[in-house]
Amino acid sequence: MQRYYFDHNATTPVAEEVLTAMLPCFRETYGNASSIHHFGQSARTLVERARQQVAALLHCRPREILFTSGGTESDNIAILGTVRASSRSGKHVITSTIEHPAVLNTCQALEKEGVEVSYVKVGSSGVVSPDDVRAALRPGTVLISIMHANNELGTVQPLAEISRIAREAGAVFHTDGVQSAGKIPTNVDDLGVDFFSLSSHKIYGPKGAGAMYFRKGVEFEPIQFGGSHERGQRPGTENVAGIVGLGASAELAAHCLETEGTRLSALRDRLERGILERVDQASVNGGSPRVPNTTSIRFDHVEGEALLIALDLRGFAVSSGAACSSGAVRPSHVLTAVGLSAERAKSTLRFSLGKQTTPDAVDALLEAIPAVVGHLRSLSPAATR
Amino acid sequence: MPNDLIAVAMSGGVDSSTAAGLLHRRGQPIVGMTMQLWNQQRMPELIPSGGATGRCCSLDDVYDARHVANALGIPYYVLNFEDRFEKEVVEPFVRDYVSGKTPIPCTLCNNFIKFDQFLDVARQVGADRIATGHYARIEHDAAGGRYLLRKGVDESRDQSYFLFGLTQPQLERSSFPLGEMLKSEVRALAQELNIPVAQKPESHEICFVPNGDYARFVESYLDQQGSRGEQPSGDIVTTEGRVLGEHAGIHHYTIGQRRGLGIAVGSPMYVVEIQPADRRVVVGPREELLRKRFHAGQVNWISIAGLREPLRVQAKIRHQFRPAPAVVRPTAEPQRVEVEFDERQPAVTPGQAAVFYQDDLVIGGGWIE
Repeated sequence: MQRYYFDHNATTPVAEEVLTAMLPCFRETYGNASSIHHFGQSARTLVERARQQVAALLHCRPREILFTSGGTESDNIAILGTVRASSRSGKHVITSTIEHPAVLNTCQALEKEGVEVSYVKVGSSGVVSPDDVRAALRPGTVLISIMHANNELGTVQPLAEISRIAREAGAVFHTDGVQSAGKIPTNVDDLGVDFFSLSSHKIYGPKGAGAMYFRKGVEFEPIQFGGSHERGQRPGTENVAGIVGLGASAELAAHCLETEGTRLSALRDRLERGILERVDQASVNGGSPRVPNTTSIRFDHVEGEALLIALDLRGFAVSSGAACSSGAVRPSHVLTAVGLSAERAKSTLRFSLGKQTTPDAVDALLEAIPAVVGHLRSLSPAATR
Repeated sequence: MPNDLIAVAMSGGVDSSTAAGLLHRRGQPIVGMTMQLWNQQRMPELIPSGGATGRCCSLDDVYDARHVANALGIPYYVLNFEDRFEKEVVEPFVRDYVSGKTPIPCTLCNNFIKFDQFLDVARQVGADRIATGHYARIEHDAAGGRYLLRKGVDESRDQSYFLFGLTQPQLERSSFPLGEMLKSEVRALAQELNIPVAQKPESHEICFVPNGDYARFVESYLDQQGSRGEQPSGDIVTTEGRVLGEHAGIHHYTIGQRRGLGIAVGSPMYVVEIQPADRRVVVGPREELLRKRFHAGQVNWISIAGLREPLRVQAKIRHQFRPAPAVVRPTAEPQRVEVEFDERQPAVTPGQAAVFYQDDLVIGGGWIE
């Protein structure tokens, strides 16, 4: 069976050039990047080169890049580290209801430590309103954390405006940029962010590697303790192969940003239009602006779970909501946060395109979907209700 | 979507895993699916330290099922049926106990989840039929034009009692690959097929109730719903109305129960009736536990289209009881029958099922009123 992958927001395959860059790290340049000898120095050279590559993607200085195990860890360090480093009283954090669990659950952990958190609501557009962020400010607001692009809707948040609000209030501004990096420009100065979380496996790099940008001068406490790696800010022997892969993937992303963005948004629009033309009672969730590769579409009177499985059995990999630890689908908190009923949230699929998505793949999907949705509706008790 | 794909309901246990393995070996295209029915974490207070038995939908079970599916090399998915399971199985289970009945959640699960929602989803994703690891047999009677349900060949494992509610369309689309096998053969086959869970011990308890403590489950559930209400205690009385003691809620009792009554009257006493309105538990000697006749409602017929005249059957009134000779008679209501035993039988329990057999053939069944 020919298989098609439409789930690039979940993860991406490692690009050929990335793999090529990584392979020598396993058996040739295997030194500990903190070792003083030749082997260590060779590894260190690769790590520092990767730091430059990531810095180039984010338009920052290499020394403002910290290597981590991925987006979740970067979010944790930025949020926990900032709040713990602050000596203010009545500590308060502002975030939004559509954040990734890496942010939401970290904030909830802070609440248990006595920190107050405001979760700014988001309307059906899927875009956070800067005014709502401003309204949530308090004297004790130490951190604002608003994602750059939402993983399910693809909507891009007005970071530049929010960062001005943060700066005026004297609050640190973090963004989870896991879904925006490599898809849209990520110039940390233009965005005005103090922290930017990044993951390698979303941009054709390996899993288990990530980075965090931290603006020079912004203070944060480490959340993990050990040796002096990464200046003690993130101890643990450097994952040299992963870091090299991240660096190569960041360079690739920066290189392809514009052409790939144009190509993917055309394909995404073709997919979206095609579905809306061919399937009744289908609509797009969320508004604009969006990253070029993502669309969230709900098919009324269809169980997204069944639709996802039916498509997978025909070779099309898509995503629906969030997964429980068992692997079952549960209604997405993002979709309910932007006002969808639980039923509508459950009838939603996310299609996220990427490097291997060709026009033929989109056409194959466009041919499959009307048949599968029609079949499901013919059997669904909900459709005849 | 014309195809002969079968969706196998895989719990992670030996039986359903072997059913999948058997179909796969025959070259049958299958897809494995595990139904996630209940989140044990909702009532963490019920889970003893060291883990619970009856671990419905635990991550371990999903892990096992996925492991088996991977070993077979079949597609596999987990389905989230938690909402429907709570509404159709857990809520009625609690409601029954609170109203003095003794429910059978497995039958409700079969009627509303496995052979309904699961079959629906299976068909939606492109599998026209489902298979489960039940010990029972389905055959098509071409002459009579009906699908028949028979006991599993292994009588000691037979699960037809829990399947009396299956409709003709449900039977048409279901298969029980283990129905012709003995449990020992299933275990041997599991070994032979290298099924990773071949050695896994079985659970005989109600899957969503940790450690079989129904009463505590009922209480915790009601607490969570904020509907526990007033003190549930009441009197334990004899059939003559003499008060022998007090109980902590009628949901602790079932008809025929002898242990745990907390009364001392010399001779063995059994629960013979539960009176929910007065919250009274009536006890008596074994003699008073015996009943000659009872009514059953919401009857489903399998081998016959309906009951017009009295029919000789063997009636089974609890999963662990032997069927006893009886006559089933129609009543004025189409879905209701009167059952008369040849000889009085103990523990006719409201909420349990009465299933009517002729040898290994399931004629039909209903709910004891």
